[in-house]
Amino acid sequence: MMSCLPTFSWRFLAVWQRNFKVWKKLALPSVLGNLADPMMYMLGLGYGLGRLLPDVNGVPYLSFLAAGTVCYSTMNSATFEVLYSAFSRMHVQKSWEAILNAPMTLDDVVLGELSWAASKSLLSGLAILTVIWLLGLQSSWLLSLWVIPVVVLIGICFAGMGLVMNSISPNYDFFMYYFTLVITPMVLLCGVFYPVTELPHWLQTVSSWLPLTHAIDLARPLLLGSMPQDILLHAFALLAYGLVGFVVALHLTRKRLLT
Amino acid sequence: MRVLTVDNLAKRYGDRRVVDGISFTIEKGQCFGLLGPNGAGKTTTLRLLLGLIRPDGGQIDLLGHAIPQAAREARMRVGVVPQMDNLDPDFTVRENLLVYGRYFGLAHAEIEARIPRLLELAGLQARADSLINSLSGGMKRRLTLARALVNDPDLIFLDEPTTGLDPQARHLLWHSLRQLMNEGKTILLTTHYMDEAERLCNVLGIMDAGKLIAFGPPGEMIARHIEPSVVEVYGDVLHDAQVIMQPHCERLERVGETLFGYCAKAEPVLQALKPLAALRITHRPANLEDVFLKLTGRDLRD
Repeated sequence: MMSCLPTFSWRFLAVWQRNFKVWKKLALPSVLGNLADPMMYMLGLGYGLGRLLPDVNGVPYLSFLAAGTVCYSTMNSATFEVLYSAFSRMHVQKSWEAILNAPMTLDDVVLGELSWAASKSLLSGLAILTVIWLLGLQSSWLLSLWVIPVVVLIGICFAGMGLVMNSISPNYDFFMYYFTLVITPMVLLCGVFYPVTELPHWLQTVSSWLPLTHAIDLARPLLLGSMPQDILLHAFALLAYGLVGFVVALHLTRKRLLT
Repeated sequence: MRVLTVDNLAKRYGDRRVVDGISFTIEKGQCFGLLGPNGAGKTTTLRLLLGLIRPDGGQIDLLGHAIPQAAREARMRVGVVPQMDNLDPDFTVRENLLVYGRYFGLAHAEIEARIPRLLELAGLQARADSLINSLSGGMKRRLTLARALVNDPDLIFLDEPTTGLDPQARHLLWHSLRQLMNEGKTILLTTHYMDEAERLCNVLGIMDAGKLIAFGPPGEMIARHIEPSVVEVYGDVLHDAQVIMQPHCERLERVGETLFGYCAKAEPVLQALKPLAALRITHRPANLEDVFLKLTGRDLRD
């Protein structure tokens, strides 16, 4: 049995650096690619659908949609990174195996991937935030800055969760299950496009347990100019999902690569 | 100085004893070759020595560090050439060396300073800025070796380093390995090419079904385990040949259309076979392959 406690070293940063070095080569297309899809949703739905709606919870639909877009695009970015990209490095390119022959532990590698995915998704979140600021969709500059730490939490949360899928996936196709059964339901149930309160009661209960709901409960008030309620609860929920995911992923990846 | 001590090492997967109580030592400057058919447990042994998997029994001391407890410290001084190339396809030749050096905690400037020498050793000076996928198989292997040297290791592990290479590429790689031995590096390689083992290694271990069934210098191993001369006979009157050879040979083995006669002296056998003109006969000194096949049998291992 491998010892159960993780053993980390600061060299996990070398894994982060490795991924950053690859990303730098394609930085601009990568940022634009990350931005295009959520922008089209936000602006298309915001303007198109917004015309038909008088207001949502007392604000223009586009402003309502802004917070949801930041959160779900951060979620998507972190998820894609630890699913497809990390899986390529682990399973297809065998880069992780090469790293493990150096004085690195698998714990270092997985932590490096988590921190990288969180960093990359932070960038996605910031890109959307920038557009929001440019369009003046925020109510208060100062409060909207607090969306940045929320974005960091979202990144950690979904990177940790996604790493579990990475650790058990036999191939790329397997990730479709995760998108169909976890990510897409969250996009539709957690208040990205409409208030959760519009859902039937039982679905609201389901929604209240999902991490994206907690993320939006923090980000939406901040962008609409008020302090969120239950800040600690939401932050704890996001961190807990991320950390539990990370620990489970560590355990399963050890089993996969080191037995 | 002892670089590696392995004592009664064991690893089981379910009921299968993949590594079954092996013990050996490697001294500084030696080139140790671990031979064995597919599935003998060579790669598992390497993974155990590197501390990547936990043994079910036994002790390992690698460069003064207990494995797997202090594997991280030991791997600081070890270089590894894995069986399958796992160079980073997202990077150029130079970037591969640079990025890999960081995993050892080496400073950027320190790695940069080592890169020219590593490129030279790999014969890749002209390809420093090429992407990995544009390299030939031989170039990739040489770069993998150069990458394993980025931390200036005391001990280098190579898992089937020349599998799949053409003769030119193999010779070039052997040349590099000899150069490293001249510099006083210790080498542990696994292979199932007997000529490779005979050329490079000064100590060999033959593994089969998880056990180390022979250990020693190649010459000594041949002398100890096998008759010095081999007469090989091909043709379709093998039964007659077999009868004639029987009294002169210590051992006879028939494999398909070939008869192998292992004997102390070849001359009497060759004389006796003269009347059978239809046969093709070759005579050669016994080699490591004969030892290997004697000890591990001729059955296919898949």
